[in-house]
Amino acid sequence: MDLVNALVALANFVLIPATAYGAQLALGALGVTLIYGILRFSNFAHGDTMALGTAFTILLTWGLQGLGISLGPLPTALLALPFAIALTGLVMLATDRSVYRFYRKKKAAPVILVIVSMGVMFVMNGITRFLIGVDEIRFADGERFLINARAFKEATGLEEGLALRSTQVLTVVTAVAVVALLFWFLNNTRTGKSMRAFSDNEDLALLSGINPERVVMYAWLIAGALATTAGVLYGLDKSFKAFTYFQLLLPIFASAIVGGLGSPLGAIAGGFLIAYSEVAFTYAFKKVLTYLLPDGMAPEGLVQLLSTDYKFAVSFAILIIVLLFKPTGLFKGKAV
Amino acid sequence: MRNIALFAAVGLLVAVEGFTGSWNTALGILNMGLISAILALGVNMQWGYAGLFNVGVVGFVALGGLAPVLISTPPVEGAMAAGGWRILLAMIVGIASIGLAIAINRRAAGRLRVLGILAVLIGGFFVYRAIFDPAVAAVEAINPAREGNLGGLGLPVLLAWPVGGLFAAAAAWVIGKTALGLRSDYLAIATLGIGEIIIAVMKNEDWLARGVKNVVNIPRPVPYEVELQADPGFVERAAGFGIDPVTASTVFVKLLYAGLFLAVLLALIWLSEKALNSPWGRMMRAIRDNEVAAEAMGKNVTARHLQIFILGSAVCGMAGAMIVTLDSQLTPGTYNPLRFTFLIWVMVIVGGSGNNWGAVLGGMLIWYLWIKVEPWGNALMDLVTSGMADGSALKAHLQASAAHMRLMTMGIVLLLVLRFAPRGLIPEK
Repeated sequence: MDLVNALVALANFVLIPATAYGAQLALGALGVTLIYGILRFSNFAHGDTMALGTAFTILLTWGLQGLGISLGPLPTALLALPFAIALTGLVMLATDRSVYRFYRKKKAAPVILVIVSMGVMFVMNGITRFLIGVDEIRFADGERFLINARAFKEATGLEEGLALRSTQVLTVVTAVAVVALLFWFLNNTRTGKSMRAFSDNEDLALLSGINPERVVMYAWLIAGALATTAGVLYGLDKSFKAFTYFQLLLPIFASAIVGGLGSPLGAIAGGFLIAYSEVAFTYAFKKVLTYLLPDGMAPEGLVQLLSTDYKFAVSFAILIIVLLFKPTGLFKGKAV
Repeated sequence: MRNIALFAAVGLLVAVEGFTGSWNTALGILNMGLISAILALGVNMQWGYAGLFNVGVVGFVALGGLAPVLISTPPVEGAMAAGGWRILLAMIVGIASIGLAIAINRRAAGRLRVLGILAVLIGGFFVYRAIFDPAVAAVEAINPAREGNLGGLGLPVLLAWPVGGLFAAAAAWVIGKTALGLRSDYLAIATLGIGEIIIAVMKNEDWLARGVKNVVNIPRPVPYEVELQADPGFVERAAGFGIDPVTASTVFVKLLYAGLFLAVLLALIWLSEKALNSPWGRMMRAIRDNEVAAEAMGKNVTARHLQIFILGSAVCGMAGAMIVTLDSQLTPGTYNPLRFTFLIWVMVIVGGSGNNWGAVLGGMLIWYLWIKVEPWGNALMDLVTSGMADGSALKAHLQASAAHMRLMTMGIVLLLVLRFAPRGLIPEK
């Protein structure tokens, strides 16, 4: 019985939250990796794109709620998401037109584009704050739990409760659907194939008559959609705050680089690796160990490897270790 | 000629602020402007001379800010005896196990290497925590409402400026050793991470500098305003100029700070101009413009990169110590990467990367804008909303969000400069 209790506690506090977080990171990292593959620079504005997309979603959600429209047990934000994705896509295309295209035509060095994306980051951050302010916002509505901790305890007779929030399930389901759609698009459609060709070898792709502007346009649209989805899922699961989204940049980049920049599969693997390690290193294992170890041997301290405030250090350490021993990432990425 | 005009224009902006507003605000802008110029100089060394992309500036600034606390605040009674020495011992254990792991990585091979490294690191971590945790608890238990940290050495605060530089330099050495071999975007991400980690440490390690509980009343290198106001000689001289003693004392103190900062800035500019125009500076630029060619000429690119990374970070650390000295308090919660990393980058790019005078000009100008955009934004919003009905939700929202104009303005300034004057206001020669 103790073993089951330990497993339930582990699932409740580590496995389930980390899986949801991993799915969010993976979606974010996919956007970063896609832009890197096609445009060949690290987009520092990605965190703020997520924030802006989420801000659109929140505003639309409020609008829908005001009209009395809801999705029943599902959060209303899900209904607002497609419209927010369209808005974010427009912003991305406008940004590309007014900012990035000039440097692409000039064939500027990647590092210049990174600095340019810093400027875009400032502007987007400003717009997000302007639209929705800096406060923490919770916008999840509908059913809160799929499995309630108390109901679980009563049903199973275990000491440990297992809570499964609907947003966590929603995150994973949405992420799987989005990733499946993305891979289908990249592998089976003409545009997707030309995007992969462009990412593999730009010159060859140009010679075969692929229109680079079209590829770039689709890359921005998809990156915007991925960023918005990732941001909304993160916001539903936790809460929305502009600065938190800026800080997500580090774990997202770590996921993309650990997986191998430019490799979509790597971005997903990296996202889950980072998420599981962050949660596992910062979780206090006292409860789990108390169940597992014989009586009297239970640990006195919290058995927490690192305080939760150091979760950045975990993603950072993994990033450095992978870069030192396998500079192109776990799944062979590009190195320019 | 143009450059002198640009500097004169910035000086004029500050003077206008002094005449139309108050000299206190004007000198406040000037002081932080001078420190910003020093920060921009440091980043310019890394980016302008050597093309190193450091986005962890905020970490070095924060680390430098630690120095005034550790150097100039009075020691906390009994803290060293309670746990200070054990904390030091824990640090030594931690460093020793990392060193041992690195040695094993170099010497051993195959499975032995992996197992050895893991064993040493995991074992070392647990020994470290076993010594460290009780020691920290002991230190933090000492008078937690006011102290609860190790305290400082009680030395003059000016000494903390070079020490702040040393702290940052030491951190830069460790980071440079691991991350400088990586290509440019990876270095950017690595420094971004380091910055976040240093801030997290400063916020959470209460034994070091009280974390988010802040350290206040850090000693100052200049006299206090109240002392000046109590000094009959000073009051008499102020009256001679026709100023009331309160204004006179605050302005006088700010002028003293400005003098100190200006002295540091001039010394740094003199040194960096000498360095940039020396064979060493030419070598740096050669490396920046073509690493392969420079390496083929027998230059040790990695070593030079490490050197300039340490130097630039040290300058940022020194500026960090100066900021804390100016505020006389350390508030780790205020170290925001947007303000202390990305804003400094805007300064360097706008001023002109690769040119020391450009960095200084950019530092002063962008700081001025950063301060002034907020009131301008408010005024603009008042103008825009003046036609709207009082109490309308849109009017309230627009007026409340005027404060966020500064980030957007900085972004637009950066994008415009990159597009239309990519070499900055004072381009590199």
